[in-house]
Amino acid sequence: MIRELGAASDDLAPGAELMQGAATVLGLPSDRRREALEELGRPLALGLFAAMARLRAFDERAVILQRQGVIGTYPTYFGEEAIQAGSVLALEDRDWLFPTYRQNSVVVLRGCPPEVPLLLWRGHPAGWHDVQALHTAPVCVPVATNYPHAVGAAWGSRLLGEDRVALAYGGDGSTSEGDFHEACNLAAVVGAPVIFLVSNNQWAISTPLRLQTRVERIADKAVAYGMPGVRVDGFDVFACHLAVREAVARARRGDGPTLVEAVGYRLGPHGTADEPSLYRDPESARRWDEWEPLARAAAALVDAGLASAEELSQLGTDAAAEMREAGDRLQDFPLPSLEDVASRVYQETPWTLGAERLREPTYREDG
Amino acid sequence: MPAGVTMVEAVGRALGQILEDDPRAILLGEDIGVNGGVFRATVGLQERFGPDRVVDTPLSEAGFVGAAIGMCLVGLRPIVEIQFDAFVYPAFEQLASHAGRFRWRTNGAYGLPLVIRIPYGGGTKAPELHSDSPETLFSHTPGLRVVAPSDPLSAGEMLVAAAACGDPVIYMEPKRLYRRGRSEVPDRFQPSTLDRAQVVRPGDDVAILAHGAMIEVALEAAAELAVLGASARVVDLRSLYPLDRETLLRTASEVGRVVVVHEAPRHSGVAAEVAAILQEEVADHLLAPVLRVTGMDMPFPLFQLEDQALPSVSRVVRAARAALEY
Repeated sequence: MIRELGAASDDLAPGAELMQGAATVLGLPSDRRREALEELGRPLALGLFAAMARLRAFDERAVILQRQGVIGTYPTYFGEEAIQAGSVLALEDRDWLFPTYRQNSVVVLRGCPPEVPLLLWRGHPAGWHDVQALHTAPVCVPVATNYPHAVGAAWGSRLLGEDRVALAYGGDGSTSEGDFHEACNLAAVVGAPVIFLVSNNQWAISTPLRLQTRVERIADKAVAYGMPGVRVDGFDVFACHLAVREAVARARRGDGPTLVEAVGYRLGPHGTADEPSLYRDPESARRWDEWEPLARAAAALVDAGLASAEELSQLGTDAAAEMREAGDRLQDFPLPSLEDVASRVYQETPWTLGAERLREPTYREDG
Repeated sequence: MPAGVTMVEAVGRALGQILEDDPRAILLGEDIGVNGGVFRATVGLQERFGPDRVVDTPLSEAGFVGAAIGMCLVGLRPIVEIQFDAFVYPAFEQLASHAGRFRWRTNGAYGLPLVIRIPYGGGTKAPELHSDSPETLFSHTPGLRVVAPSDPLSAGEMLVAAAACGDPVIYMEPKRLYRRGRSEVPDRFQPSTLDRAQVVRPGDDVAILAHGAMIEVALEAAAELAVLGASARVVDLRSLYPLDRETLLRTASEVGRVVVVHEAPRHSGVAAEVAAILQEEVADHLLAPVLRVTGMDMPFPLFQLEDQALPSVSRVVRAARAALEY
């Protein structure tokens, strides 16, 4: 169903050279694209679009809330919706997700109220989601350290005789970290049912990919670990979904890990505190406009007769309302005391964090 | 056949008991399977429990400590062996940035039942980076518990307790004592407390506080002091985080003169914390400054110099006499 986008095509869109060897659905000729989408089916195809619409609405709302001073620094993921939605919908609820800050709202696709991840960026402890109920690890801030966690969860599940898989997200920069290497190697050695999903958006804050690695394709790194590496158009939600689905099936049937490189481009800044014009040509992101994943998916769905422009637009409107209302609820969460938070560090709180110690005048503003 | 078990045998027995009792317990580490660990702590366990429960990992401390964290999420209870003390440094980020923060990140709901065993310390004529005492790195890292046994019985009892704990425990094994002697242990270890110090020798004139291999030094020093007519109380700290505040305060209040001994570097060490707690809380009872006998603030020396670097009986005796004569 998905094919490699050939370098020989005459009508490569701007940026397409980066997509060489990347699996695509949206890049197929229109008749084959329609067939592929029909095979996917309307419920799933629309589900993927709706998931992207919610992720987009969350991201846009978060940026507004940051500008309003309601939340703090926020790592936007504008343009990465296809990778996130495509992958989450390729997993079962029992499977584990290991997101980083860039995928901070994927828990919402698992049923977590959107105010929870928003509260995290508001610096509020209610922003920690229910890890076990959602089978989603806390948002990982250090780069690449979540990869080994996913390996352990996947490997551990298999040792327990369960058929859960785990998926860890990361970016191109994360593949330079030691933990990426150790996790890939360990996963391959023990045959852990894990998917390493690397969003290659060409930039790690200001560091371009060419200063990150000498391999042209991150997927090629899989060769060194003895596992399959696949490359997929990261702006194509259908291709992302199918590529991850295949990796999940491989993991689930006991054939071990897969490295999936989703190729894209970071359309926005690294975060709300970042100013990309300091290190890259502002035009570079604009050249990718026609790859923007929601518009691209919408056009294909309409073209395939699977959805009307109106219903897709309505999904966006509904999602925007959902996220606006979530933002309006952020004031409703009472702040716990520092003493409360101190009691959440250990199962049995040691005296060092006990009430008596925390009442010491040297620990208190009002002491 | 000599009676009793060595400390390293006690560790192995406790691990066997844990694996036997809890099907969710799993051992991870380098060369712990067929080889039984470089110190032979896990001898026979892979044969007994299989390669899925006693797992030889690739050489990747960050990778397998990180994987152990992930295993906890799906309900396993991993016990990780770090081959030698300084080999834990690559895993420090996993311990500091994740293991110690996990329960806090779930608002207290879920912890990581994770044990990290670290054979540590000098006195074994080992190559560089095989003799470090990194316990303070962990006792200064929120969310972790740090304990150190000092004999076969405490090794077994504390390890069983660490495995039953719902939070990460850094279990420091004084490798210099691994085969120091044998003592009788019960067929089954009962879990001890993880946060209590223990008076291992009574005495009223001066107190020597120590942990791990330094208990041996402290006891010998106490014996010498007895010859000199001074009665030294020896307290095994056992728990380095949290410190047993009650026992520290009671000891200082009753004895008034305190010497703290550890082989780790002095600066910001456990002894500094002990001294700080005592001067903050029971300064009125102190009859002398709290003195420290410790390793130096430099890399642990190559082994021809290690006997000079490690706290010795004579240094401890001298410090105790200084406290007594203050």
